[in-house]
Amino acid sequence: MKEPVSNSEVAVKSALKGRRRPKLLRNLAAKIAAVPMILVALVGFVGCSVWSIFYSFTSSKSLPKERFVGFAQYERLFDSSRWQTSVENVAIYGVCSLVFSLTIGFLLAVALDQKIRFENTFRTIFLYPFALSFIVTGLVWQWLLNAEFGIAQVIRDIGFSGFEMNILSNREYAIYAIVIAGLWQGTGLVMALMLAGLRGIDQDIWKASRVDGIPAWRTYLFIVIPMMKPVFITTLVIIASGIVKVFDLVVALTAGGPGGSSELPAKYVYDYMFGRANLGQALAASTVMLITVLIILIPWAYLEFSQKRNAKHG
Amino acid sequence: MSGEKVSGEKLHGEKLDGEKLDGEKLDEEKVSSDSVTSVAINDLSLSFGSVEVLKSLNLEVEQGEFIVLLGPSGCGKSTLLNCIAGLLDVTAGQIFINGINVTWEEPKDRGIGMVFQSYALYPQMSVEKNLSFGLKVAGLPKQQIEERVQRAAGILQIESLLKRKPAALSGGQRQRVAIGRALVRDVDVFLFDEPLSNLDAKLRTDLRVELKRLHQRLGNTMIYVTHDQIEALTLADRIAIMKDGLIQQLDTPHAIYNQPSNRFVAGFIGSPGMNFIDGVLEQKSDRWVFNAGDITIPLTDYAFLQNPQSGQPVEIGIRPEHMFVGDAAQGQAVVFSCEADLVEPMGADTVLWTTIAGNSLTIRTDSESTVKAGDSIDVGINPNRALLFTATGERL
Amino acid sequence: MVKSIHEGMQGPHGPKPKKSLSARNIVLYGFLLVAAFYWLLPLYVMIVTSLKGLPEVRMGNIFSPPMEITFEPWIKAWDTACTGLYCEGLKVGFWNSVKILIPSTVISIAIASVNGYALSFWRFKGSEIFFTILLFGAFIPYQVMLYPLVIILRELGLFSSLGGVVLIHCIFGMPILTLLFRNYFASVPEELFKAARVDGAGFWRIFAQIMLPMSLPIFVVAIILQVTGIWNDFLFGIIYSGTTNFPMTVQLNNIVNTTQGVKEYNVNMAATLLTGALPLVVYFISGKLFVRGIAAGAVKG
Repeated sequence: MKEPVSNSEVAVKSALKGRRRPKLLRNLAAKIAAVPMILVALVGFVGCSVWSIFYSFTSSKSLPKERFVGFAQYERLFDSSRWQTSVENVAIYGVCSLVFSLTIGFLLAVALDQKIRFENTFRTIFLYPFALSFIVTGLVWQWLLNAEFGIAQVIRDIGFSGFEMNILSNREYAIYAIVIAGLWQGTGLVMALMLAGLRGIDQDIWKASRVDGIPAWRTYLFIVIPMMKPVFITTLVIIASGIVKVFDLVVALTAGGPGGSSELPAKYVYDYMFGRANLGQALAASTVMLITVLIILIPWAYLEFSQKRNAKHG
Repeated sequence: MSGEKVSGEKLHGEKLDGEKLDGEKLDEEKVSSDSVTSVAINDLSLSFGSVEVLKSLNLEVEQGEFIVLLGPSGCGKSTLLNCIAGLLDVTAGQIFINGINVTWEEPKDRGIGMVFQSYALYPQMSVEKNLSFGLKVAGLPKQQIEERVQRAAGILQIESLLKRKPAALSGGQRQRVAIGRALVRDVDVFLFDEPLSNLDAKLRTDLRVELKRLHQRLGNTMIYVTHDQIEALTLADRIAIMKDGLIQQLDTPHAIYNQPSNRFVAGFIGSPGMNFIDGVLEQKSDRWVFNAGDITIPLTDYAFLQNPQSGQPVEIGIRPEHMFVGDAAQGQAVVFSCEADLVEPMGADTVLWTTIAGNSLTIRTDSESTVKAGDSIDVGINPNRALLFTATGERL
Repeated sequence: MVKSIHEGMQGPHGPKPKKSLSARNIVLYGFLLVAAFYWLLPLYVMIVTSLKGLPEVRMGNIFSPPMEITFEPWIKAWDTACTGLYCEGLKVGFWNSVKILIPSTVISIAIASVNGYALSFWRFKGSEIFFTILLFGAFIPYQVMLYPLVIILRELGLFSSLGGVVLIHCIFGMPILTLLFRNYFASVPEELFKAARVDGAGFWRIFAQIMLPMSLPIFVVAIILQVTGIWNDFLFGIIYSGTTNFPMTVQLNNIVNTTQGVKEYNVNMAATLLTGALPLVVYFISGKLFVRGIAAGAVKG
């Protein structure tokens, strides 16, 4: 951490001029430059969140109205079978994405870290979907998983003539189609982060473990992975906050269907807010999302900051 | 000779037993071949693509010897050490450790222990685990591991630190643990890759002395890479000065300092560095003299290594401590007057800077010297301690 | 004493012979190739499908290359494909996206670079607190802020307009961009800044004449980040830009997911490729800088 240019320096400078500038005007240019940030932070992020939480306790329909109904919107929300499905789905999507993207991403990173040939080519291949939008991702996989002409047809052509793979129109499996598409899009990012983490490991550690005769897999398991804890945690937080936000992918791939079986919370909020004109309900749902994110975020931020503080004192 | 061959074949023929610790196996070997060289490098070359880092290099290290590989950065000293450790695959040549050809062996099977510049301790493990992890993986019985860890901890006086994590240790303590990790392997050859360069000056001096004591106590072969000439001169039995992937000179610290084999070694060792004056060698009657401008240095007793030729361009090298001022100058064979450009008090002594025949020279004097910059001084040279170098940098 | 072991070169010498077909390599490259196949398959299928005629798509195998290459689907996707009511193809969305992309990228980077510079060198009381709030804001689900922002835009007269969606992109791009620039400027030696101040340069002069010229790489990273991010946006486009200004992603979704008429899979894939083309080109050209951008965004200083 760099020492900030202290106010005392500025103070000394103005004292030399003989006259102190009024407090608010000191460092004026910097304050002007920071006005957009202050506005965004206070009005945009804090203000809007508070507004939403506030109106989630009202019975607002298509327009915000200050008619308070206590926790009625929340009660309705948790009674709603559509919301329950959304939460279940985000749990399935979340657990699957976390488990598979972390393991596959890490394995890919390890494989790329073996001084292999064509490393750049492989890396480019694994990461390119991350440059694509969720809409594009969703539409491609919609086509690939098409029951009539997609991969299913290829398998039928090979000779399994009775083969049926209809996961997009299956109430139970539609969410897994979203998982597959999401993994295709996002695992490259995990791979890139893990690879950066692996490259950050002191090469002497590897030499030491070779001299000690520790097999590579044990070195990864007992030495390298523990050393990469911060990378894992950061990656986890990034994936997790992405999971809560996921919206476009469902819109493009299944539109929540069939029969609302692949709904997700973000889409629930959007539908009630702009489609069904039930603002109070939408805001209650969004507040629940916010709380979920805070539950993930606060322990992480606490860990991160306390670590930095310790490092400073140590 | 035959012993080497047999053991070489033996190693080659049998599949190495991972269950058994290498130290024990090597102990058996040692009995049958106790007079072999500890480490021998035979025509070793290493290239990265078209860049030749080591060029057909040869080196023999005797049992129990402390060898320091010294040179400027990029000279290949660390690369050589990594080749000996088996961490780099060689391009050509052979490596023998305890008479066994280990050119193709894995590092763990070479009977070496290594200490790294960055310590390379496993950060999530306690000191004890750091020491024992390799032994556990090798499948040593628990009791034996315990004994070895205790012994190493005792030698290095880190018993009280065994439960701590590396993050909770000071730089010196970490370095000791790193040495301990090599120690528990119970091997004959220790490799050190600039182990002290991450430490501050005071600690470096302390640990240097400790390392020397450790070597005296254990009697292992030690190969030590550094760019610090004080470390090299104080620690080494023999120093190998390296440049451009070749060993320039391999000799005792005394010989390296006093009889450098070429201009590079002469200039590299010593601080302040050796003074060099460009000039011409001339024969006057049967005496040889060195001429540079209006300076003439008689070379009456100079022991030429090569046949000198009259008129040959040469450089004369004189160490700062073999040049004198004041009363001490008067007794010398060559005395001339010049002006002190600069005075640098260094504590124990004072270094004077002067210019003679266009060459900037340093003179080491007593710290009580009262010479000030701009003073006119008489400088005396002891020609018997001077060295001559040819235009190509070889010793003449 | 020293035994001569150097007579000849008995035993192993030179480089250790490597088996190129070791079990380890088979597993390693096998894993990578299978993975690469999985990752490349959708791109391949997109391309071949978009080059087939509709009868061939319906008849054949999605993996088989086109028997007869046709660019009809591409032309149709660009020019005449229907998005619900209109049949003007993706080109409308493309130009809308460009109109959103350019001002959003320029304005957001301009603000964030100056802000990051101020946060590194000209801290004032409270600047770090606002910055922390900003970073936290990056993790807040957008859904929480969607509606209040609609109200704000309406008050400003910007709702359902290009200006509105540009403003939204500037707001949501700010945390990551500010972080990017702040971390970059934090790595600039402070002596440089002090020297410039001793020479009498002020806030703007130091920024323009010293910091800007040396921070071109980070600007490229920021541009890559914003161009791909804004181009790929769907949510803000559909809410804030208004029907006539829908960006390409929204139009693409409307084209593909319209329920009426015959599904033209080849046109859909051509449209999908057209929409993904710009970020893909940016990705393939920028290579390592792209990785640096996402790593800078993801792993905090």
